[in-house]
Amino acid sequence: MGIVRIAGPVVVGDVEGASLGDMVRIGEAKLIGEIIGLRGEQATIQAFEDTNGLGIGEPIESTHFPVSVELGPGLIGSIYDGIQRPLDTIKMISGDFVPRGITIPSLDRDKKWHFEPRAKKGDKVSKGQVVGTVKETELIEHRIMALYDGIMDEVREGDFTVEESVAIISGKEMNMIQRWPVRMGRPYGEKIPSYEPLVTGQRVLDTFFPIARGGAACVSGPFGSGKTVVQHQLARWSDADVIIFVGCGERGNEMCQVLLEFPELTDPRTGRPLMERTILIANTSNMPFAAREASVYTGITLAEYYRDMGYNVALQADSTSRWAEALREISGRLEEMPGEEGYPAYLASRIAAFYERSGVVKTLGGGEGSITVIGSVSPPGGDFSEPVTQATLRFTKVFWALDAQLAYMRHFPAVNWLNSYSLYIDDVESWWEENVSKDWRELRDRAMALLQRESELQEIVKLIGTESLSDEEKLILEVSRHIREDFLYQSAFHEIDTFTDTMKQYRLLRSIMYFYDLAKEKITDAGLEIILKLPIRAKISRAKYLTDMAGFDQIDEEIKKSLEGEDG
Amino acid sequence: MVRDYLSISEISGPLIFVEGTKDVRYGEIAQIQLNNGEIRRGQVLEISGRRVLLQVFEGNEGVDTRNTKVRFLGHGIELGVSGDMLGRYFSGFGDPIDKGPKIIAEEKLDINGSPINPYSRDYPLDSIQTGISAIDGMNALIRGQKLPIFSGSGLPHPAIAAQIARQAKVRRKEEEFAVVFGAIGITYDEASFFMRDLQETGAIERSILFINLGDDPAIERIATPRMALTTAEYLAFEHDYHVLVVLADMTNYCEALREVSAARKEVPGRRGYPGYMYTDLASIYERAGRIKGRKGSITQLPILTMPEDDITHPIPDLTGYITEGQIFLSRDLHRKGVYPPIDVLPSLSRLVDRGIGKGKTREDHASVSNQLYASYANGRNARDLAVVLGESSLSDVDRLYLKFAEEFESRFVAQGGYEDRTFEETLDIGWDLISMLPEEELKRVSDELIGKYLRGRKER
Ligand SMILES: Nc1ncnc2c1ncn2[C@@H]1O[C@H](COP(=O)(O)OP(=O)(O)OP(=O)(O)O)[C@@H](O)[C@H]1O
Ligand SMILES: [Mg+2]
Repeated sequence: MGIVRIAGPVVVGDVEGASLGDMVRIGEAKLIGEIIGLRGEQATIQAFEDTNGLGIGEPIESTHFPVSVELGPGLIGSIYDGIQRPLDTIKMISGDFVPRGITIPSLDRDKKWHFEPRAKKGDKVSKGQVVGTVKETELIEHRIMALYDGIMDEVREGDFTVEESVAIISGKEMNMIQRWPVRMGRPYGEKIPSYEPLVTGQRVLDTFFPIARGGAACVSGPFGSGKTVVQHQLARWSDADVIIFVGCGERGNEMCQVLLEFPELTDPRTGRPLMERTILIANTSNMPFAAREASVYTGITLAEYYRDMGYNVALQADSTSRWAEALREISGRLEEMPGEEGYPAYLASRIAAFYERSGVVKTLGGGEGSITVIGSVSPPGGDFSEPVTQATLRFTKVFWALDAQLAYMRHFPAVNWLNSYSLYIDDVESWWEENVSKDWRELRDRAMALLQRESELQEIVKLIGTESLSDEEKLILEVSRHIREDFLYQSAFHEIDTFTDTMKQYRLLRSIMYFYDLAKEKITDAGLEIILKLPIRAKISRAKYLTDMAGFDQIDEEIKKSLEGEDG
Repeated sequence: MVRDYLSISEISGPLIFVEGTKDVRYGEIAQIQLNNGEIRRGQVLEISGRRVLLQVFEGNEGVDTRNTKVRFLGHGIELGVSGDMLGRYFSGFGDPIDKGPKIIAEEKLDINGSPINPYSRDYPLDSIQTGISAIDGMNALIRGQKLPIFSGSGLPHPAIAAQIARQAKVRRKEEEFAVVFGAIGITYDEASFFMRDLQETGAIERSILFINLGDDPAIERIATPRMALTTAEYLAFEHDYHVLVVLADMTNYCEALREVSAARKEVPGRRGYPGYMYTDLASIYERAGRIKGRKGSITQLPILTMPEDDITHPIPDLTGYITEGQIFLSRDLHRKGVYPPIDVLPSLSRLVDRGIGKGKTREDHASVSNQLYASYANGRNARDLAVVLGESSLSDVDRLYLKFAEEFESRFVAQGGYEDRTFEETLDIGWDLISMLPEEELKRVSDELIGKYLRGRKER
């Protein structure tokens, strides 16, 4: 009987031995799909590939295995489609346009890796314990973990392909590859709280709206507000061990940019090419949208695998709205009862389940690993009240609200400092105190208060001009401008400005606030006019380009001199 | 085995249901023969058992359930392409409508194309000169980019489109350049203006037009941009052309999509447009690009009119989420008599950085552009202030900026409909304007560039 109905990416038909979630091959073209509904033997399938040309009666075969990923050495540096097919190999086999029905192993079967045992013959090992390592890239030591408890009967050092046996555990051969269903979270010991920030080198994020390692953040804003640039900046500069970038329903040129750039850019901490810690997953907006739905799960499963090895992983999903829209589309074709704006009623629970896979964990192997998730949301018309933004904010503790008006004024990153928030500030405070400075929190809060005061004053100015303001208030406006233009504004494209370490962030903000404090004291004696004309202000504006801390000592010195100097 | 079905069971808007079918394929094209012999074309949208849902491109007027015959053709919608298409006009469905000879297809291509493998893409790195300063100087169009024009009804986007089609060029002589124009539901006047213009200026030689007029079948509009892009892909990736694809008006395209969706009784998304409109538009816009190892490129310039000038309307909104920037037409500038009325402040070409500069356009391009942008923004602020508080309350510097903004609009943005400026000419006008400002105000241009381009100018 085979296929009985075809409606876009939804195919209905009889599948022998079907079970929910299993991957199937549809029709003579052998398109890949997933069983998302079952009634008796009749399965409802979402096709991950274009269904044009399919006909009624064509066979559907089950693989009797859920949609899953291959895990093992060789993942890092790869670019995959939404269901983990390597796009570089696909190009080699079938040229520049994505074909249908192609099956290619995700991991290279011929490549040999040097396996170095970490356990000896006779050792008792437990599931998740590291039994050997492989140098995957200069940056990543790939840790091969036992799949079950047992005794090491044998373990072999040497060069092996992923399929060759490297050990025998309690009578069973073990190689370096395993499969894992993408919709199922990988097991861990327990979740543990996080008190460390993921340092991104982006001033407005680290200082004002920090994300903790293992946390989840939502970056949302209308088109052109800078979501992708923020995501790319995090992929470039954040201090994670492994980066997984999921391009979900966005532009081909953006993936191309990462592919061309990352092998050239170097990690500021290790000096190695960024590609040596990065995995890309690309389902561009013109690729079949059902695979978009799978791509975020593919990404997070790979993230969990490296977390289990004890790494800190950061996963970027740009944009989760496209994933949600794919859900909506499939749901619509299934004629399910639509919820808000046509999204299925289970939208929020799917979003929750995804972000729930972030966190810092004690791994089964006894180590510690983390996944930090940063999801972009693309709200229609830039309106944050829409369902995807709202559902996401319920499960993420950081909101980076990008603002059309700021982007329009070319203030980047266009993170609106009044609407954005981070619920991790208290958690990461002690890290900043220990690693940067005792008064970090106070400084940050004072600067924030100034910005808030500025916005109130701006309201007044709009109505009656600056004339009605006191000198002290005018000073607030001027200093806030320093904070905005010299601290918050950060060019992603400037060689030095693109990344600022935490100490420099602190010193930069401290110098601005130091200027404010002294200026405030002097304002009645010296007069605002004089203070605003001080040449030190131009130096503060260029301080973001300084590369050593001595420069900041000088600036502070000069602030002191020019405001206390002559009469002090 | 060809079969004619006489089994239409239901007609609903542009859709028909055919019963008792066999061996029909999803996406297949069908030929629908009316009782009077007229032939129309339809495409399979859904198959359920032996029942097929077809979308009829020419509409269902005159279709009946008794005598109308349906025949499935065994393939999707195809276009026969050939290098001989240059200089020719076609209907929105790809049939020649000029008096020229029949096109002998070198290849038959499915108009849906296939997605470019992201790994095969090459980054857009070179520009196209449109001869329009507000675009070339401030938001250069990059080969392989998709850069829409956001317009409004009554604004002169047809004239701008024609001017671009006429003037656009790549600057290296040995490179081939072509324009493919997809007219989607535009008026007869617009279309004939366009055709006449290309004829008279000789630009027709390197152009191909697909024309669906406002009174042509609405559903045909779903095919028209794909016809244009299929042709463009053929020229770009098999014959090394740099192809500029102008699609106007995408708003009409989206309305056709909405019509089909409504007829299918789908759950409507925002303002009645289907929930899959993002994906559908992406299947058009993402066909811009470059491919590693191939010489040609596809650059798209879709034009759309924003209903009620509302940028948050789903058509400009979803377009903006897919394209790489936007060129914004302003009603204010239009009222002031500025042609082309391009407001450079909300306009942005996202890929510009790597497509301009030394060896591509000129070394000072980015700096001039940034300086003009910043100064014009200052001027516009000053203008707003002047409106609230009166011009006399402006500081000297603000007054200077105010003057700058006026000059920028009248000398840089405004230009003749047939005035074709080179990048150099555009940048030189930019320096003329910059020279109005005192040097200490010029924070975006280096001393070196000031020395080279500005000081000499002032002495002159
Ligand atoms: N930090 C930054 N520094 C300089 N320019 C920036 C920065 N962030 C964004 N931009 C500018 O804004 C443009 C749009 O940014 P981006 O592509 O990230 O927007 P987006 O929010 O992802 O839009 P979309 O939703 O359409 O994908 C960039 O091409 C760049 O010109
Ligand atoms: Mg983006």
